[in-house]
Amino acid sequence: MTRRYSSLAIADAGDLVFGQSASPVDCGYGLGIGRGLVYPEVNFTLPPISIDAATWPDVKEHYHNIAKGVLRRAVALEAPGIVLEFELLPAMTETPDWGAEITALLRDHLRLAYERHGLKNALRVTPTDIRDRNKPPALRAGAPWERLRRSFDLCIAAGADIVSIESVGGKEVHDRGLMWGDIRAIVFALGVLAPRDVAWLWDRISLACAASGHAVPGSDTACGFGNTAMQLAHQKMLPETLAAVVRAMSAVRSLVAFEHGAIGPSKDCAYEGPILKAITGCPISMEGKSATCAHFSPVGNIAAAMCDLWSNESVQDVRLLAGSAPEAYTELLTYDCRLMNVATAKGKSLTLRDWLVESDEWLSPQAAVLSPEATHQIAQAIIGASTDYERTVAAGRAAVAILECGVSQGRLNISAREGQWLSRLDRELTELQGKEQALTEEMMRANPRLFDPASYDLLE
Amino acid sequence: MPELNQLYEAILAGDAKTAVEVARAALAENEAPLKLLLEYMVPAMDEVGRRFQCEEFFVPDLLLSGRAMKATLELLRPLLSASGAQPAGRVVIGTVKGDLHDIGKNLVASLLEGGGFEVYDVGADVSPEQFIEAIQSRNPDIVALSALLTVTMPAMKTTIDELKRAGVRDSVKVMIGGAPVTRQYAEEIGADAYGEDASVAVSIARSLMAKTPK
Repeated sequence: MTRRYSSLAIADAGDLVFGQSASPVDCGYGLGIGRGLVYPEVNFTLPPISIDAATWPDVKEHYHNIAKGVLRRAVALEAPGIVLEFELLPAMTETPDWGAEITALLRDHLRLAYERHGLKNALRVTPTDIRDRNKPPALRAGAPWERLRRSFDLCIAAGADIVSIESVGGKEVHDRGLMWGDIRAIVFALGVLAPRDVAWLWDRISLACAASGHAVPGSDTACGFGNTAMQLAHQKMLPETLAAVVRAMSAVRSLVAFEHGAIGPSKDCAYEGPILKAITGCPISMEGKSATCAHFSPVGNIAAAMCDLWSNESVQDVRLLAGSAPEAYTELLTYDCRLMNVATAKGKSLTLRDWLVESDEWLSPQAAVLSPEATHQIAQAIIGASTDYERTVAAGRAAVAILECGVSQGRLNISAREGQWLSRLDRELTELQGKEQALTEEMMRANPRLFDPASYDLLE
Repeated sequence: MPELNQLYEAILAGDAKTAVEVARAALAENEAPLKLLLEYMVPAMDEVGRRFQCEEFFVPDLLLSGRAMKATLELLRPLLSASGAQPAGRVVIGTVKGDLHDIGKNLVASLLEGGGFEVYDVGADVSPEQFIEAIQSRNPDIVALSALLTVTMPAMKTTIDELKRAGVRDSVKVMIGGAPVTRQYAEEIGADAYGEDASVAVSIARSLMAKTPK
């Protein structure tokens, strides 16, 4: 079931465009993702509310109303198709039956929308990775893993069409690395720990999907890595250059999911998606300007340039003048998709893509690494390296080169302190080439209680 | 006699080794530990906080300075205790039950330590009972609660309610923070203070200490 990518599925950056993927995914009720059209992917969450047995009827009522409103709006706007994403909240993975109950509820709404209105659709379900309950996290055994595994099984049985996860392997080291600006720890987390966990996890998720006969093994996202860095950079707590390089490096651990059974669509919060699309050809979900309900990003337009699903990331079920917030965001996404789909129909998709790219590309280091050309360069660097560790270092160096080139050409303006970080990243990543064994030994010595070597098949 | 301004500069630069060396040399020359703390170390951390708020420092700069401060304080603490000097205050900090996010909480803990507070970090996914136990065993002046999710915010209220029920609420000030938390929510649930982000944690904690009876 495993494979190793050593060439690009989309060899020309000019072919990286929204709506078109080399390996489309068919799922749910008649939905073909990456076959030419971009579809909205609507994600939603609860307003402030405790989740327990006493409030469970209210929780279900929220999801019932969300699905009803979202699908009603999609039908009214004649959306050609839609994906709903149900991201389980931690309590719904801790009690797997709860997550399955909501999955079945949403699935029922989607079935009716297809039967009554012909709305093509699919349901993506994303259990919460709760394996970091304990410190250090025990990833491969114990109650949290057993509950997570059962959550996948029950949600698939309840009708999930696509399953995904934001896995946390390596995050315990990466978080600390980010806070201390420790590039060696960041590389170790992204290049050694995370790929080992992703491989182990996706061997199991893809098997569960195969056994079901209907569920698609979607993808893993580096949300806990790249988006943590992005948000901290937004708050001026970390350099943007570091966040951009982390984004590029995080693509490697997400690629490993595709090498262990995932087939896409990638998850919306995986901004590394375009790199994955270039390598695997799989369709990707992205989020940007229409996800401002959830968080800031400096990549609002460029994120749409190569997407196959267009998402709002997450919106609370609260009332707005227009109706419920999930309903309003369904409308927003549908109009975004209409524009992209008309551009494609008129043969102008590359024109629109390039406008989306150029409007963001050099305004932020984080945008500069997400253009089709940058994506292509990073993807090339990844497939040209021998191990996941070397791929990670190579992706980081490629991102540094892109940023340095942008600065030297006067297109990317960064502050002096950002420039110092870029130089440091260049120096330290260069030094880390070929040092996997030494770095692993160093990290195991330096962090004896921060991570569990057995969870990563690392011998003590 | 070492140039004491080096102590200020070393903490500002996050250079723990130099900071400790300068402080050790100064103590050997009979400099008063309280003078080192109040005239060089605390002003250095105040400057760190200022630069962070002005976006001249990133978090790693701030944490390295905090580490230099902590290492130097460890050298000074026995001498300060002997002279009767106290920490700026004692804080129990944790992320509330059901929430595993701890980056913001860790950052606030580091900032408070750098600001001269004695911090007891009870971790993430902390039940009200664990907070109560920490209050009873650590006798803090302040309890700091963190949450990142809208669905775990209610656990802040639950925690404060349980502190009341256990009879320990009035013995501490409660400060709260986290992405979805608002000043209005803090007032609604009966917290004493709210921080919009980590950078204001030290000033909030100091203002709470000013309201705490000695």
